[in-house]
Amino acid sequence: MPLHEIFVLTLEHVWLVAIAVVVATAIAAPAAVLLTRHAQLRRWTLGVANVVQTIPSLALFGFLLPIPFIGGVGKRTAIIALILYALLPILRNTVVGILGVDRDVRESALAMGMTEGQILTQVELPLALPTILAGIRIATVTTIGTATIAAAIGGGGLGTFVFRGIAMADTNTILAGAVPAALMAITADEVLEWVERRFSW
Amino acid sequence: MNPLVEFRAVQYRAGGREILRGIDFSVEENETVALLGRSGSGKTTLLKMVNRLLEPSGGEVWFGGQRVGDRDPIQLRRRIGYVIQEGGLFPHRTVAQNVGLVPELEGWAEEKIRARVNDLLEAVGLAPDVYAGRYPKQLSGGEKQRVGIARALAADPPLLLLDEPFAALDPVTRFGMQQHFARLRRDLGKTALFVTHDIREALILGTRIALLRDGRLETIARAEEFARSASEEAQTFLATLGDSMDQPHAAT
Repeated sequence: MPLHEIFVLTLEHVWLVAIAVVVATAIAAPAAVLLTRHAQLRRWTLGVANVVQTIPSLALFGFLLPIPFIGGVGKRTAIIALILYALLPILRNTVVGILGVDRDVRESALAMGMTEGQILTQVELPLALPTILAGIRIATVTTIGTATIAAAIGGGGLGTFVFRGIAMADTNTILAGAVPAALMAITADEVLEWVERRFSW
Repeated sequence: MNPLVEFRAVQYRAGGREILRGIDFSVEENETVALLGRSGSGKTTLLKMVNRLLEPSGGEVWFGGQRVGDRDPIQLRRRIGYVIQEGGLFPHRTVAQNVGLVPELEGWAEEKIRARVNDLLEAVGLAPDVYAGRYPKQLSGGEKQRVGIARALAADPPLLLLDEPFAALDPVTRFGMQQHFARLRRDLGKTALFVTHDIREALILGTRIALLRDGRLETIARAEEFARSASEEAQTFLATLGDSMDQPHAAT
């Protein structure tokens, strides 16, 4: 396989993962803030998100295929599935991070006359940031792996090599997909962990 | 005599339990009232009603001639200093940023905040050039407590509420802090209401001692008269002082 194709599919893979993680963060972080304010809603939502997480990824791609508007073979279905997978770690870590803020710190923020909005933006979110970033890191690394399976429904990316290699019983072709994906996961893990450390107080 | 804080028939119920029943007393300007009681006697609950961290189920709390229930809780809290065990400092902010919190919320100019923070750190015995840039995790328990007190004083509130402020400190540090706080409060002319389960602390710091038992005000007396109280609970607390305090000069 030409080097050029590896390069293109790697870029496509990065793009799939980036879209999924960015959208998942944009949905999960505000949702998590809401959940920290409603215990009942929190149990339900985290429960549902947990169930989604247990569905094998190949099956989830399969389930999404026949659904109108979001389903069908192609990148859109793949991205939606990846977003669903990335949601839980970010949601859970944001909730845990905010609820984990020391009660005394929260109480003194309130007692000093901070508004709920100020407590959220100046106290809870900064203190929860390392935990939230850890959630984003976990989501990114898992999504890099799951995205290879997205090729099964026409998602593109490095999984294209993996499935082609399986079909042709050609180990080299499989490795052309697997090795860059693994390197990508390791790099993302390292880089995001460094970011995480920078933001811990 | 001018009451700064008044409790009028204050009640508090939570989870079907009566936490406070009919509390009536006032805190005069420039005095320090110790709220003394065992764990679960309702003293912290009562304290938190002054700055509306909790709302009474019955009765009224007044501050500065107004019902606290009629005041905006945010504005009210910025006029009342609040100190808890270990200070409740923000771990992600420096000492200076912690102390300057309320002035910052109130929109003071940066220069004015810095000057105020330096004055307060001096007042609580922390050299500003050494401590201003430190983070809470770089402080000892006593230093955290000093920062907590400086923070509570930042916007020059007439009233300080303190919840077991010195309970987490070792006895030597605690004694030093109590002395320092008593002097500081007197110099600044602040009124203070503080919660403690330590009769010794109540006697050292309190102008008057309000003793709570099972959500009732058992007795309220000037510190020097407290020992003569007929209250059984007061005598129980006094008994914990032991002989060394009963006859401080016995050995000489």
